Amino acid sequence: MIETNDLSKQYNNDFWAVDGVTLNVQPGQILALLGQNGAGKTTTVRMLTALLSPTRGWARVAGYDVTKNPQEIRSSVGVLTEQHGLYMRMTGIEYLDFFGKVYGLSPVARKTRSEYLLEYFGLAEAAKRRSGEYSKGMKQKLALARALIHDPSVLLLDEPTSAMDPESSRLVRDEIARLRSSQRTIIICTHNLAEAESLADYIAIIYRGRILLKGTLDELKRAVLGPVEFEAKFAEPFDVGELELPEGAALVSRSGTSLRFRVEAPQMVNPRIVHALTSRKAPLVSFQEVPRKLEQVYLKTMAEAQGVTYAA
Amino acid sequence: MRRNLEAIWLVARREFTDQFRDWRIVVPMILLVTLFPFIADDTTRQAVNFMNRFGGDLILDNLVPFAVLVIGFFPLSFTLVVALESFVGEKERGTIEPLLSSPLEDSHMYLGKLLVGITTPLVFSYGSIAIYLFLISRRPVEFPSLYMLALIFLLTFAHAVLMVSSAIVISVQATTIRAANLLASFVVVPVAFLLQGETILIFWGNEDVLWFAILAVTLLAGLLVRLGLAHFRREYLLGREIDTLNFKLIWRKFKERFVGGAHSVVEWYTRELPVTFRELKRPLMIVTGLALVTVIASYLWVVFNVPHYVNLTPEIKNDIRTQLSENITRLSSLGEELPAHLVFYNNARVMVISLLLGLISFGTLGMTVFLGNMGLIGGVLGAANLVGYSPLLTFATGILPHGIFELTAIFLATAAMLKAGALLVTPQPEKSLGETFLLSLADWFRVFLGLVLPLLAVAALIEIYVTPELIKLAFPFL
Repeated sequence: MIETNDLSKQYNNDFWAVDGVTLNVQPGQILALLGQNGAGKTTTVRMLTALLSPTRGWARVAGYDVTKNPQEIRSSVGVLTEQHGLYMRMTGIEYLDFFGKVYGLSPVARKTRSEYLLEYFGLAEAAKRRSGEYSKGMKQKLALARALIHDPSVLLLDEPTSAMDPESSRLVRDEIARLRSSQRTIIICTHNLAEAESLADYIAIIYRGRILLKGTLDELKRAVLGPVEFEAKFAEPFDVGELELPEGAALVSRSGTSLRFRVEAPQMVNPRIVHALTSRKAPLVSFQEVPRKLEQVYLKTMAEAQGVTYAA
Repeated sequence: MRRNLEAIWLVARREFTDQFRDWRIVVPMILLVTLFPFIADDTTRQAVNFMNRFGGDLILDNLVPFAVLVIGFFPLSFTLVVALESFVGEKERGTIEPLLSSPLEDSHMYLGKLLVGITTPLVFSYGSIAIYLFLISRRPVEFPSLYMLALIFLLTFAHAVLMVSSAIVISVQATTIRAANLLASFVVVPVAFLLQGETILIFWGNEDVLWFAILAVTLLAGLLVRLGLAHFRREYLLGREIDTLNFKLIWRKFKERFVGGAHSVVEWYTRELPVTFRELKRPLMIVTGLALVTVIASYLWVVFNVPHYVNLTPEIKNDIRTQLSENITRLSSLGEELPAHLVFYNNARVMVISLLLGLISFGTLGMTVFLGNMGLIGGVLGAANLVGYSPLLTFATGILPHGIFELTAIFLATAAMLKAGALLVTPQPEKSLGETFLLSLADWFRVFLGLVLPLLAVAALIEIYVTPELIKLAFPFL
């Protein structure tokens, strides 16, 4: 589990790289930390790995305090750093074996884990090749395998699928999802919003060291983009005239073949909207939620933070 | 213990493997290490021929030990790159973060890298020396004794530890490999000078004198290792990306420390300076203790050993007394020949030099200057005893009147210098090496400007205008 309160880091007595970050990620949950380059994601992760000491606030990772138990934290956390950080003259198997030793694994455990991870990430055939000869994606997979070598209870992953081909990205996402189901606590720093959307249970948007927004995807959408919108599509142009809408629904836009509603409580209101439309013999083809992406939430939040107009 | 050794070895073994897989490191090293002994052998042959024709036995006798020392140093200087890039290289390649995120302790990483940094140059150094010794064994020159060879091997080892530990300190502090390589001059050049000093010891000194060199270099190397360990922090390696010289910030920090919370000179003297003075309690005790031991040892050495070298017959003693009485008659005009401000300037300059020496050697060289002065006092008192004057009276009239101020000033400045040197090799969790250095310097200047300079000024006036009169009063028979 990861718990932080007012976690802050100041550099050179004048620049706050992270300012008052409060998070709570439980085992079996994934938090995606989103933000621009230099927003404070890496500094936050480094504080959670006990690499940087907080200037203010506190953090507990896997039950340990980052300032009091740095060694215990480093033993319990698997970190995928921004740069893959591979030793280019080591082979894949040597590299995993080295980090297995660093994490104090027995020879049998090292062999088993290394072979499993190499096999899982499709690197078994390249295991005896020097990592300098690997492609970008293979390097990233080997780095991820390193982060998992000691089967950590907490994972801090910085851009886990960057530079990977679609198949490999899918593989890594599946692995992350599998790790969540085995009750790992995971934080992902990413610029890949689709990945965050598909993986994360919670999302936090960080800007200039401060958390602007955090919550589940639905909570963020509701908070930033307003209530959910639904669209009714007709088979042919249809004039509904003055439609009497139930309480909690508002007409947002209309065209010849569609109507768009903003709905506060869909479970209660939607059947009544559909009833209203069908009672007017509207040639209804579909009635469904208008898809809203994390990207919209992110871009709107960032635009507001920077004081510029958000162009949807 | 075993776990620690295993962790250190783990880091070291990876480094060994890594560097020996890089032909760009291995091939030049092997070529240089193999070629240089042959060049040195040929130079030895030509030097021997030259000296056999034109003379120069002193050089001829010590040529081989000298060459061995140089051959040992040569591989150290170019394999230093391994140590120089140990941390900063990993930082630039981005491989340091996974290592720092691991449960390895700081000392495991530091000592592992130090082990590789020392072993690689030493292997090449000893290898080079072995080739050279084999080559010269076939020549008609005197082969150095095993004792001499052992001393040179030890000295080479001490050089390796000194250079590598300095290089690793640089590697931890530097932000780029380029900066680290530039800073390498501050390692290679001083050690090259040191080598020249040791060469003088080999040519003109006794073999045993080399032990002092070994001891001094080992002490300095040990302090450098301690400095490196004290200031090695994971945060430091990751926290800084770009180094810029911020003179404003440097001056602001220095001023803040120097002035403290004082708003006036009086407040500074009454509130701030006592704080610094209290912090000097322990270094002052050490300095005082060492000074006492040195004065007594020097006094006893002169009293008991000088008679073995100089036959102090009554005639010789009379001659010395006559010379002294001539000197004492000139004391009345001392103020004209040696104005007080020159004495003040000289003493102040010695204090600053002592500080600079102390800062580059973590207090050791500064202490050497101080103890040298103390040894001189003991020696003068011992000499006074030998020629028949009371050492106590000599001290009370010739040293004490101005010494109350001058010695106090010297003791204070030396204690502050020792504290600054010691702080550099002590872990400072919240401060960087540069910050520690700056704050130590500010503390030293507090003592220097607030206490030492005023005391030295008073001492100079007394030394020139009061002490001579007291000596004349105390020794009217001269």
